[in-house]
Amino acid sequence: MYTQGLNELAARPLAAMQEDPALLRRFEARIDAEEKIEPKDWMPDAYRQTLIRQISQHAHSEIVGMLPEGNWITRAPSLLRKSILIAKVQDEGGHGAYLYSATETLGISRAELIEQLLSGAAKYSSIFNYPTLTWADVGAIGWLVDGAAIMNQIPLCRCSYGPYSRAMIRICKEESFHQRQGYDLMLKLARGSAAQRAIAQDALNRWWWPSLMMFGPPDTASPHTALSVRWKIKRFTNDELRQKFVDFTVPQARFLGLEIPDPALRWDAERGQHVVGEIDWSEFQDVVRGNGPCNRDRLQARRDAHESGRWVREAALAHAAKHARAAAA
Amino acid sequence: MHPNPDWPLYEIFVRARGGLDHKHVGSVHAADAAMALEHARDVYTRRLEGVSVWVVRSTDILASDPAEADALFEPARDKVYRHPTFYDIPKEVETL
Repeated sequence: MYTQGLNELAARPLAAMQEDPALLRRFEARIDAEEKIEPKDWMPDAYRQTLIRQISQHAHSEIVGMLPEGNWITRAPSLLRKSILIAKVQDEGGHGAYLYSATETLGISRAELIEQLLSGAAKYSSIFNYPTLTWADVGAIGWLVDGAAIMNQIPLCRCSYGPYSRAMIRICKEESFHQRQGYDLMLKLARGSAAQRAIAQDALNRWWWPSLMMFGPPDTASPHTALSVRWKIKRFTNDELRQKFVDFTVPQARFLGLEIPDPALRWDAERGQHVVGEIDWSEFQDVVRGNGPCNRDRLQARRDAHESGRWVREAALAHAAKHARAAAA
Repeated sequence: MHPNPDWPLYEIFVRARGGLDHKHVGSVHAADAAMALEHARDVYTRRLEGVSVWVVRSTDILASDPAEADALFEPARDKVYRHPTFYDIPKEVETL
């Protein structure tokens, strides 16, 4: 999901065994009792490190996620669509801000987090390394990418770590607008001219598989999931969430009159589920490793923004210091 | 110190409607309190979530220690006589 890089990072459940057994027992008893863990409470180091990685990856994804859609703000086809898109991109910035704040409660500074993103040390969701080639991509992102994100984020509202859970509740309240404006945009295109229907289908063709990959590797290749589930950082596995997303989305595509680009897709009446064709995990691994269509552009855009904003940050601090001195005098 | 120090952290409290308490909603970084107020407005009230905002430097808050929670709050546990339901009043006695 927005934190899929975690799948390759946090596979060290044994660290939990090196903690003070009495404290660990008490901590796990609280988790089992559905109590929330708050910043100043004792927690195992593996729990803290996993959360720092997961929440910060989520925050980075929100911030980098502003770029593909931001690309279309100046070219939105109407003033209303432009206002909607600005509001949505502003929300993503807000979500990044809530999540960075939640991460900082675990004892890491904002500056360190930003540095991890800009140096390439931190991951963000692979989905944002794909380009937005047409206006229909703005619709496909809202419908599919935000739809997939919601699937993942709703259970995170019940995450055992209080600040993350509270941030997710706030985010989920806002996310539904993102998905609905995307579907609404697709609907207008799907009911429009032949050329409009064509770009809608083309956007679905390009965003479908990367959206399925957002949920991360299959459960069989996701070794640390067990500990994350036990500590209630994660409530469902990658495959469970992906399946749910497919079952929700296929009928929505049908309503649009668009075709899911998967010839193997079929309905399994016995399981009561859709079955998708083989996902190309080599593409996913490639994008996560930095070789997607836009990885370099995305990071460069963030670095440029950070560098061009440096003088503003410094000037604001100098201004505040000057006024503090004047007030003290 | 980190070569790019963060702006100071401010805790944000929002009053959702007149008549309600200000409630903690999160935090923002800002160069000073006036900027914290502007950031809080953008980050926490994009959908009419508030009619009033307070900002407080995070370092100015003294919080109780969770490890001492028992010592701090436990003494209130056995003082049931502080609650009105502790007292059995005959039902003949009205308006009490």
